[in-house]
Amino acid sequence: MSVAPPLSVRHLTVAYGERPAVWDVTWDAPTGLTAIVGPNGAGKSTLLKATLGLVPALSGEVRFFGRPLEEVRDRVGYLPQRASVDWDFPATALDVVCMARYPRMRWWGPVPKRHREAARAALAQVGMEGFAERQIGKLSGGQQQRVFLARALAQDADLVLMDEPFAAVDAATEQAIVTVLRDLVAKGRHVVAVHHDLGTVPDYFSNVLLINARVFAAGKVAEAFTPATIGATYGARLALLDQANVRAAEARAL
Amino acid sequence: MIAYNTAVVLLGCALLGLAAGTVGTFSLLRGRALVADAVGHAALPGVAIAALIVATLGGDPRALPPLLAGAATAGVLGVLAVQALARTGRIREDAAIAIVLSSFYALGVAILSWLQTQPGAAQAGLSKFILGQAAAMRAEDALVAASVAGICLLVCLVAFQRLRAVCFDPDFCRMQGLRVQAVDLLLLGLLVLVCVAGLQAVGLILVVALLVLPAATARLMTFRLPRMLAISALIGAVCGAAGAWVSALRPEVPTGAAVVLALAAVFTVALLLAPERGLLAQLYTHLRRRLAADTEHFLRATWEAQEAAGAGPGTAGDRWAPIAAVADARGWRIGRARWLAFWLAQRGLVARAEDHVHLTPRGAAAARRAVRAHRAVEHHLLAAGATDIASADRLADLVEHGLPPEVAARLLPEPSALPASPHVLGGKRP
Repeated sequence: MSVAPPLSVRHLTVAYGERPAVWDVTWDAPTGLTAIVGPNGAGKSTLLKATLGLVPALSGEVRFFGRPLEEVRDRVGYLPQRASVDWDFPATALDVVCMARYPRMRWWGPVPKRHREAARAALAQVGMEGFAERQIGKLSGGQQQRVFLARALAQDADLVLMDEPFAAVDAATEQAIVTVLRDLVAKGRHVVAVHHDLGTVPDYFSNVLLINARVFAAGKVAEAFTPATIGATYGARLALLDQANVRAAEARAL
Repeated sequence: MIAYNTAVVLLGCALLGLAAGTVGTFSLLRGRALVADAVGHAALPGVAIAALIVATLGGDPRALPPLLAGAATAGVLGVLAVQALARTGRIREDAAIAIVLSSFYALGVAILSWLQTQPGAAQAGLSKFILGQAAAMRAEDALVAASVAGICLLVCLVAFQRLRAVCFDPDFCRMQGLRVQAVDLLLLGLLVLVCVAGLQAVGLILVVALLVLPAATARLMTFRLPRMLAISALIGAVCGAAGAWVSALRPEVPTGAAVVLALAAVFTVALLLAPERGLLAQLYTHLRRRLAADTEHFLRATWEAQEAAGAGPGTAGDRWAPIAAVADARGWRIGRARWLAFWLAQRGLVARAEDHVHLTPRGAAAARRAVRAHRAVEHHLLAAGATDIASADRLADLVEHGLPPEVAARLLPEPSALPASPHVLGGKRP
C-alpha cells in the first residue's frame, strides 16, 4: 500500500458568483517543495483557500495525508497573503507568531511560557529574533512577511500551504524564505506554495502545478514546467472564458 | 457634598462607560463598529412590543426588566437580519446595516405612535429610551451597570488571546480549527449587553458612540492592545461620569448627549495631539522630513555652484556662492533660499554674508554626503535604463533622502571617490 499524498484534491470546483475560479481540479500534491503557478486570477489562492475550507467549494473532495482536514488540522500549516490582514493592528511580532500555538493552548488565560519560547524560536529561524517585541505596523514589508512565515513555522506542521510567500519582498527576505523552505524539506516536511515568478520556479521548487482555473500540467519541474505547458496555461485564459460563455449560452437556450 | 441620587447616576454612567470601552475596543478592531448602531436602533420596536405585551397582560408597563429583555431580543434579531442580508451576496454589509437599522427604528416609531393613541399607560415614558434619561437611574440600575461592567471586563481579560487572534486574522483562526463563530457570538453578546444596559442612560440613538469613541480615541494614543484596552475603558468611565455630572448640574442637557460630547471632545484632542498618530505629530514629522530634504538640496546646490565655477570647498579656489545661484539651481523663490540659508547658518553648516553662503567644514562634509547620494542614485537610474538625464536628476531628488542603510551601502561603497555629475551643473531650473 502506498503512503497517502500530503494533499489530494478530487474534482474541486469553486465559483465566485457565476465565474468558476477553480474548475474540476484533480491533483495529488507530491512530497517536497511544490509551486502552484498560473496567471493572475487563475484561482491559485482560491485553490489553497478551498482546500482549507476558507472559501466554500461547489463540489469536490479534499484529503490531507489521506484524511479529511478536521482529523489532521495539527499537521497542516498556512501562510496567507500578507495583504490579507491589517498590519496597523495593535500587536507585536511575538503576539502574531504565538497565534500559531492557540490550538495547543486552553482558550483562556495568557500564552504559556513554552509556547512563547516556541514562537521566539520560530522568529529566530527567519532572522527576526531581534524584532519580537516590535509592533507589526513598524516593520517593513519583508519583515512582516517573515513574521507570517515564522507563524507558519510555529504551527510545526507536516505540510505548509503558502500563498505568495515571495510577493513584494526584499532580497534578504527572499533568501531567508528559501533557506526556511529547504530546511523544512530536509526535515521531511512538505510545502505547497502559490508562486508568481516563473523565473525562479526551477531554482526554488522541485515540483509544479500549472493551473488556470483547471489543471494544465503537474509533475516534476523538469518534465511539467516546459515552454509548451507554460504557454498553454497562460494563453488559455481567453479560450477558457469563451468555453464558459458558450456553456452559459447553452444553458440559457435550454 | 454630592447628593445620593447624583452619586448613583455618576457611578452607573462611569461603569457603563468602562464596559463600553472594553467591548468597543474589540468590536472596533473586528470592524464591527456599526453593528452597535444596528443593535441600538433595532432595540426600539423590542421595547415598544414588550411594553404592549406587559400592558395587555395587566402588568406595569414601566417595569424595566421586560423592556430590556425586549430590547435585547430585537437587537439580536436586528444583527441576525444584517448578517442574513449580507450573506445573500446581493448587498454589502454597510448597506445592510443601514437598511436594518432604519427599518427596525421606523417600526419602533410606528408602534410607539400607535400606543400613544391607545387608552392606558402602556406608552408612558417609552420615548425616554430614544435619547436616554440617566437622572431616572436608581440604585438597582447602577447595580445592573456594575454587573455588566464586571462581565465585560472579565470576559475581555480572560478570552483576551482568542479575541485578539480573531480580530487580527479570522481566516487563520478558522484554518486552525478555532471556533471563530463562537468568539464572534461572544463579542456580539457583550455588545448587545452594553447596548441594552446603556439604553436607559444614553438612549438608543447615541449608544453607538459609547462603544466606538473610547476605542477610537485609545487607538490613536497607543500601539499596544493591552494599553489600548486600559485607555479605552478609562476614557469611557471618565467621560461617562463627566457627562452625568454635567447633566446633573444642568438638567436640561440629556445625559446621553453630555456623555457623547465629552467623548467627542476627548477624541478631538487625541486626534490633534496624540503622539505619533496625532495630526500635529504627523505634520511635525512631515515638516521635519521636508526640512531635512531642503537642507540636503541647499548644501548640494552650494557645493555644485562652486564646482560649476571651477573650484571646490577647501581648495585654492574655494569661494562664496550667491544665494541667488542656489535658488536658481533648485527652482526656489529667493525668499525660501534666504530662509534656509539663515536656518543652516544657525546650525553652523554655512557662513552667510551679503547674500552669499560659504560651506563650513561641517557643512562641506554634509554637502559631500548629499552630493554622493544624489549622484549615486542618478548613475544607478541611468544604468537601470533611464534615458533622460534631467528626469533621472529629478527622480534622484525624490528618493535620495533617508535611503535605508542597506541600499545606501550598495549604492555607495565606502570609501569611494566622489562620482562626477552625469549632467552639466549650474544653470536655472524651471
